[in-house]
Amino acid sequence: MTIKISDVSVGQELPALDLAFTRADLVAYANASGDQNPIHQDEAFAKSVGLPDVIAHGMLTMGRAIQVVTNWVGDPTSVIDYSVRMTRPVVVPDTAEGSIVSFTGKVAQVNEDGTVQVELGAVFGDVKVLGLARATVRLAQ
Amino acid sequence: MGMNHDMIGHVYPPSKPYLVTSENISAFVKALGDSNPAYADGTVAPPTFPIVVTMNAMDAAFHDPALQLDYSRLVHSDQKFEYLRPIRVGDELTVSASVEEIKPLGTNEIATFKTDVFSGDELVVTGWSKIVVRGPEA
Repeated sequence: MTIKISDVSVGQELPALDLAFTRADLVAYANASGDQNPIHQDEAFAKSVGLPDVIAHGMLTMGRAIQVVTNWVGDPTSVIDYSVRMTRPVVVPDTAEGSIVSFTGKVAQVNEDGTVQVELGAVFGDVKVLGLARATVRLAQ
Repeated sequence: MGMNHDMIGHVYPPSKPYLVTSENISAFVKALGDSNPAYADGTVAPPTFPIVVTMNAMDAAFHDPALQLDYSRLVHSDQKFEYLRPIRVGDELTVSASVEEIKPLGTNEIATFKTDVFSGDELVVTGWSKIVVRGPEA
């Protein structure tokens, strides 16, 4: 089903998404992105620089948050712009279940040019890990 | 000692071309855990894929001695992308990075780097990365 601009209203909530972040995910993201900073993989190193444990790449969190929007619209190439502030890190313990981050989205603006602005949320425990997270998508007329 | 404000407006030489392959796209999609069927054949890249090339280009800038940036105190705080078109398999990406802003924020400094991502001569995505360089502890 394709979402049309006429189906969308301000304040509408997008289907939320809970995603697990595991150590294996961080290794996979490091290899896929080229960001091999040891704070994302090496627990001893992370603790030596004052972090509570290994933390997820902020860009991995950003890459997952937009899935709320792209799952909703279907076509990921309809995203026109996307921005976030990485406010707090996602701490990832060495456990099978990892850390769960809850991603949400809400329609903030419906524009006359057929685009929609979505405000995104990303919460880990009770901590907001992304702020000022918003994306603009072009929808079918 | 802070960053060199004379570098505001400085444009770095374009990065070496990066060929987008379906393997690279698929590895990135898999690492994101994104099961959107649009990515199944590895021909179109997800919205945050450009970071693969923009981060490398900025890394070169971060290590430029003229910028006087203390890399050990750097935190990536904000990221923005504006898309002119999606990145696709076969694109040969180069990045033109420039220093858009350097300013103090309390005892810290913040800097914004603009990264124009081209495929050949075509501008496909512009990224902005804001970093915070933490000042000395009191």
